[in-house]
Amino acid sequence: MTLPPLQPGTPVIEVDGLTGGYGDRVLFRDISFRILAGEVFVILGGSGCGKSTLLKILIGLVPPLAGSIRVLGQDISSGGEKEMEAVRRRIGVLFQAGGLLNSMSVGENVALPMSEHTDLSPGTIEELVRMKLALVDLSQAVDLLPSEISGGMKKRAGLARALALDPPLLFLDEPSAGLDPVTSLELDLLIMSINEGTGSTMVVVTHELDSIFRIAHRVIFLDRDGMGIIAEGDPRVLRDTSRDPRVSNFLNRRTASQNG
Amino acid sequence: MSRNESSDKGYGLSSEGSPGGAAVLSLSGRLTLASLEAFRREASALIDALSPSSLSLELSGLSSLDSAGALALIRLQAEASQRGIPVAVAGNSEQAGRLLALVEERTKRGKDPLPAAEHLGIFEEIGVNVVSLLRGVVDEISFQGELLFDTIRGCLNPRSVRWRDVLFYMRRAGVNGLPIVGLISFLLGFIIAFMSSLQLKQFGANLFVADLVAIAVIRELGPIMTAILVAGRSGSAFAAEIGTMQVNEEVDALATMGFDPMLFLSVPKLLAMLAILPILTIYADLLGILGGLVIGVTALDLTFRSYMAETHSVLSATVIFASLIKTVAFAVLIATVGCQRGFRVQGGADAVGAAATSAVVTAIFLIIIADSVFAVILQYLGI
Repeated sequence: MTLPPLQPGTPVIEVDGLTGGYGDRVLFRDISFRILAGEVFVILGGSGCGKSTLLKILIGLVPPLAGSIRVLGQDISSGGEKEMEAVRRRIGVLFQAGGLLNSMSVGENVALPMSEHTDLSPGTIEELVRMKLALVDLSQAVDLLPSEISGGMKKRAGLARALALDPPLLFLDEPSAGLDPVTSLELDLLIMSINEGTGSTMVVVTHELDSIFRIAHRVIFLDRDGMGIIAEGDPRVLRDTSRDPRVSNFLNRRTASQNG
Repeated sequence: MSRNESSDKGYGLSSEGSPGGAAVLSLSGRLTLASLEAFRREASALIDALSPSSLSLELSGLSSLDSAGALALIRLQAEASQRGIPVAVAGNSEQAGRLLALVEERTKRGKDPLPAAEHLGIFEEIGVNVVSLLRGVVDEISFQGELLFDTIRGCLNPRSVRWRDVLFYMRRAGVNGLPIVGLISFLLGFIIAFMSSLQLKQFGANLFVADLVAIAVIRELGPIMTAILVAGRSGSAFAAEIGTMQVNEEVDALATMGFDPMLFLSVPKLLAMLAILPILTIYADLLGILGGLVIGVTALDLTFRSYMAETHSVLSATVIFASLIKTVAFAVLIATVGCQRGFRVQGGADAVGAAATSAVVTAIFLIIIADSVFAVILQYLGI
């Protein structure tokens, strides 16, 4: 089961000629990109451009309409259960609202992947759960139910659960959306420290500009009308140099009418 | 120097040094979640055996370290320090150093857990449940009063009622319910006639099957079966619909826009129920009699005319009217219980499911109670 660790800079996700959408409604057509080990990779774009759909395709929840996707060396575009199973144990996903199971305490939620996928003793699992919760600064909530904690805490608890098996690849869906600026900043710093500390690759979907400039090493910019990637690279560079008005307006927080 | 490495556990651990002196533990391979427990046992045993004066952890051979492995190293350090053995970590990669620092810093500033919701003793639990049950009855009665008051107010001022919603719920609860209500009533009449015909045939009392079916279906089974089916189909839907709106803050939105949620959401449902339940009951009565008729004509050698004449002779307008009065009461119960359970929803999706279940169970319970009360009253009135 043990696989060699990922070398920084090697591709973790390889997407070629991907078309995604639902039935006749195509959201993006024929897009290709690479995500490299160790980087924080942000998928961004305005509402309705297919960011979340792309994320769901990458984690195998939505089948692609066409194209090939290799995640951690496995081809998941054919929808094979065996390939997906191999990938699922090595990825962690933070869902928009945390995705915590409401009937279990926060600690039990974090323990779930460990008790399911490892044969560690209950005592060790409990110790690890406390450590994971301490990593997201939530050790006080171990016995609380998800309904007893705030939205920001739910996201952090979801992150602790995503980190449970120390996955080399983490997917975060809108991690800072709907949080106050301070909590959002704290979560970003946490994501950065986990990325630096564990060396895990992070794929983040967001449209929070502050967050993008803080955490992203590289971004792709999806556009609804262009039905694909209209820019790719370091967001700070794109902000200052992109000639595409859609990209520079977005990154400079301007509307089209404000272009002087 | 001892050496111990196996490929299946992922990591290698070797120790250097003599008991009582300075010791070096060299790690290699992968120290991760999977090898965590084996490593801790082995390392503790080594320290116990050597009980060194100082310990050095040599990490240069580690190819991979995850947060679980980092925690194990930190705990090993803490364990040794507690026994008065100074520990030095050396040879770690930059990445491993960052991870060790992160885990150490975060676990150190961990806070004590907040207490979970406390569990009640058995007597407290019983007490709390009884009080909440009584409170539920009071809530239900006051809600019913409020809804009836609002409905009357709505009827006096018809423009305030959303008549399109009334028609929508009439279609959903009434028209869409026709197949299932019809099928069940037909089969009920059919079964009653069939079962009783086996007995009555022996006495040559074939014709009285018609009386039996007519009385059973019109007085009791028609109204009660229809009410139970409608409670299951529509009462639960009312609770789920209003409950979901409650969760999504739609009810709050209505209230802040100046709408009375009661008038907006509940009154159309109650009016629709009041309109369709009597009609559905008459329809169920007819199909129940039809079910009896099929048996009468095919198995008992009765003619259509004689069966209908016999049915007609045992029924009176008063009996049919009394059964329809019952359905009005049932309609009020189904609508109010459904809406009240919906408005009472707090929390998330699971509360909506619980509200829908509770709406059906409570409504059926109250329907049966109301039916018994009607049975006694009608008996005394001689109907």
